[in-house]
Amino acid sequence: MNTDTNITKATSEQLTPAEYTRTGDYYRPNVDILEKEDELLVLADMPGATRDKLDIEFEEGMLTIHARVEPRQPEGTTFVRREFGVGDFYRTFQVGEAVDAGAISAELSGGVLTLHLPKTEQVRRRKIEVKSA
Amino acid sequence: MVFRYRNLPGSLDQFRDEMDRLVSGLLSAVPDGGRLWRGQPAINLWETEEALMAEIEVPGVKNDQIDISVIGEQLTLKVEVPDESAEGVLYHRRERPVGSFSRVIPLPHGVDAEQVQAELHDGVLTITMPKTEAAKPRKISVKAN
Repeated sequence: MNTDTNITKATSEQLTPAEYTRTGDYYRPNVDILEKEDELLVLADMPGATRDKLDIEFEEGMLTIHARVEPRQPEGTTFVRREFGVGDFYRTFQVGEAVDAGAISAELSGGVLTLHLPKTEQVRRRKIEVKSA
Repeated sequence: MVFRYRNLPGSLDQFRDEMDRLVSGLLSAVPDGGRLWRGQPAINLWETEEALMAEIEVPGVKNDQIDISVIGEQLTLKVEVPDESAEGVLYHRRERPVGSFSRVIPLPHGVDAEQVQAELHDGVLTITMPKTEAAKPRKISVKAN
């Protein structure tokens, strides 16, 4: 039985760097980045994140996602086992010019953020027709 | 940099640079292989006066993909995260775990197994295991003479 109140590590887990800021710990969410015909899709695991505390910004080619997550246990809680911390999620991406920045859209459901980054018209039309002989 | 432990089984590149490059059609992007959930999910366990509480982060998982049981002083958890990769899609990066896992967590004391409840909100699974009467703190009143 683990009565350690410090954060302990399960042997099969990996580390994620978290940066201490004035307001608390930040965590870097796991993402899947997929390319489809007309858009790029970014899926980010942000358990505990809600729409009202989510900021998505795009500036000069930099896409930033930031979800503020409040602690889920009151201060002074006695932990029997504590294997992960609860805190904000933060990650930045450099987005190439092939994306129509003004048309970026996002959905958040079940702790997963889905970002749609539509490709610009020029990229879409760059399909080469293969004519039959 | 101080490291905190997260529920990130299978991720090998934890020291990656903060700036991610995301360029459409980048030929040099090597898609990461799908990560199976090799390890176990992280769990937090804490006590309240009335119950033993557990939380596990399961983003993108639905209710029917979770199986919970409490037997004696053990909590057994099974989660199935389906692989939703589609045909004709190029992955530039793939970090989110998929697959199934099962974990048995020893509890510090017995709980009322009949009254165990679980809720899933925003990808966080919270399990409430009410304490048996014997495990609750008892207030002992001192009778005056």
